[in-house]
Amino acid sequence: MKIAISINGSDLNALFDPRFGRAQAFCIVDSESADYQIFSNAAVAASGGAGVAAAQFVAEYRVDAVISGSYGPNAYETLSAANIKMYTLAGGGELNIQDVIEKFSAGELGEPQVPDHEGFHGRGRGFGGGRRRGSF
Amino acid sequence: MKQLVILSGKGGTGKTSLTAAFAHLASQNQFDNSLVLADADVDAANLELVLQPQMLEEEDFWGGQIAIINQDTCAVCGDCQAVCRFDAINYVDGLYIVDPIACEGCAACAFQCPTESIHMQEQVVGKFIISDSRFGPLFHANLFPGGENSGKLVTLVKQRARLKALDDHSELVLVDGPPGIGCPVISATSGADMVLIVAEPTVSGVHDMRRVLETTQHFGVPAMVCINKADIYPQGVAEIKKYCQENELPLLGEIPFDIAMTSAMVEGEPVTASYPDSPVSIAIADIWEKVIDRLFDSNVDSNLISLD
Amino acid sequence: MRIVVASGKGGTGKTTIATSLALVAAEHGSVHFLDCDVEAPNAGLFLHPQLTDTKDVGILIPQVNENRCTYCGECAKACQFHAIVTVGKKVLVFPELCHGCGSCALVCPEKAITEQLDVLGVLQGGRASSQIGFTQGVLNVGEPMAVPIIRELKQWELFSSASIEIRDAPPGASCPVVETLRGADYALLVTEPTPFGLHDLKQVVEVARELGIPSGVIINRDGIGNTDVELYCKEIGLPILMRIPMQREIAEGIASGKTLLDVSLDYHLSFKQLYEILLREGNL
Repeated sequence: MKIAISINGSDLNALFDPRFGRAQAFCIVDSESADYQIFSNAAVAASGGAGVAAAQFVAEYRVDAVISGSYGPNAYETLSAANIKMYTLAGGGELNIQDVIEKFSAGELGEPQVPDHEGFHGRGRGFGGGRRRGSF
Repeated sequence: MKQLVILSGKGGTGKTSLTAAFAHLASQNQFDNSLVLADADVDAANLELVLQPQMLEEEDFWGGQIAIINQDTCAVCGDCQAVCRFDAINYVDGLYIVDPIACEGCAACAFQCPTESIHMQEQVVGKFIISDSRFGPLFHANLFPGGENSGKLVTLVKQRARLKALDDHSELVLVDGPPGIGCPVISATSGADMVLIVAEPTVSGVHDMRRVLETTQHFGVPAMVCINKADIYPQGVAEIKKYCQENELPLLGEIPFDIAMTSAMVEGEPVTASYPDSPVSIAIADIWEKVIDRLFDSNVDSNLISLD
Repeated sequence: MRIVVASGKGGTGKTTIATSLALVAAEHGSVHFLDCDVEAPNAGLFLHPQLTDTKDVGILIPQVNENRCTYCGECAKACQFHAIVTVGKKVLVFPELCHGCGSCALVCPEKAITEQLDVLGVLQGGRASSQIGFTQGVLNVGEPMAVPIIRELKQWELFSSASIEIRDAPPGASCPVVETLRGADYALLVTEPTPFGLHDLKQVVEVARELGIPSGVIINRDGIGNTDVELYCKEIGLPILMRIPMQREIAEGIASGKTLLDVSLDYHLSFKQLYEILLREGNL
């Protein structure tokens, strides 16, 4: 199984980054072979739609799952559409990649049922996705 | 850690003056260096004028892109202008030129150009600033005049303020918000635990207060209201009370119009610091106590309307 | 002639000035008043137009014909705003990120993308008097982008034959104000003589300069604060065209929906003089 972990750094010593859309990088780990690769997150400087861009970025690597702090509504929708399982780790800013993988293997990670927070740019669409138009 | 955002709808109701007063009051009594401040009105960032902070760091803020036409390879065909929906390409003296102010950065012209003469260039559209004020760290920014991506800059200011508060284990992030209801306000509202609307009881003020409350409700952020310059139009006050009652919004108090507010601004100080015994400062202090009670007490009955 | 009333700082009196100017200008010719503060339009509260016409406005967002789509992802690569993405055999569109530029439709090799209107707000218009045609834009609550509404409002031809156009701008100095100012002949900048007023005035002066639009200043609530705004105007050669003193009577009048002309007949003369100055500026 291939898992992407949002990290704040560029090597195996990097710490977990709770942000998904603007994480500095992603570490993609193969849970069977223990092979890993680290990629700088192309979405980090995105004007808007960083969550979407980051989601598409990890989808291109054909990961099966992603571990981050929380997911905005657009990232959630994109990752769901790509059939990528989302896991959440609360806090975790002092954990390194190995720690995160251990928590994952021990089944200690949460799963978001709905997007965790309002989008940071553009309209937050509230829970459950769907298009909210102004009721004005 | 809680995040409180001060909004209004209408401009000029007193958000910044109140934010500064709250910061001063917080530092006096409750928070002991546990307050982080953010000025999310990046268009017209005034909070620093009454906090007199020391600037610590300044960063370029890269916003959107603009199209640049390489005139050496340009075939002067006009396809770029034909495809631009933002009137950003003009034909001037035999050349096609991009208007950097109108350019939306969509790159449609770049995709359309048959000679690949157009590339997109990122722009520095403002400055992000970290300062230290006597009430706590201040995160603010200046969007260059005419700048786009104000929402992104607001988000940056708030995110950094929030990260600082997490690092320092601060109790409160206090955010001075922008006027209006569009993208800067939406970005400012995102992530707030509560919003305090500073309303003015004028026909315009009441109209705009409704719009901003509809906005905060749309995004599911709980709101409280206070009235500034309350004595200029009693009918307006009555309307606001009625609206709050009908919508089950807490109305925390009324602040009289008082020239002390302006005098303090001219002196570069929060009004509660310069004129602590003035009617305006007394009213603000009372409202602040109620704000804190609600913000930090999850048992507060949000249907209560305090007044009378 | 197209005049914009802008400010920088919110609450300085733009709408107060713009509506009073419109009423006086209407005595000399036809006026088209545009309330460009589409997030919080207030001018109608003072001019009382009969809003007889409406028009839904917004931007064109992509509609993907999934029968033709090959999920090649060219649209996603082209989109500068991440508003359209392909993942596996799905295409997702995020309307709130879309700027309506049409790049995705342009680059699609299968011509699988058409566009449809995503309504962001509404234009409303009608007569405020026999000589004042009034239009305003109203952004839908929850929509972030004001600029497309302002753009449409400026192009709406309901009263295009008026001899003078007055645009009431939003506060600030960023993209909605720029859009309101673009194409104008003169910018009337309303400020208050305080540190906040001065700081924000400088921002909007800069915008007007970049756009090449001549400006003049109106100092409202004159008498409070200090003289820094005046000194600044003199320093950079900005004419101060009118001063309105800080008076409780004015504040109370505006609060209740009266215009300056309702508050005092003296303002009728002041605004007539202002109107004449502006006409002269327009003829230069």
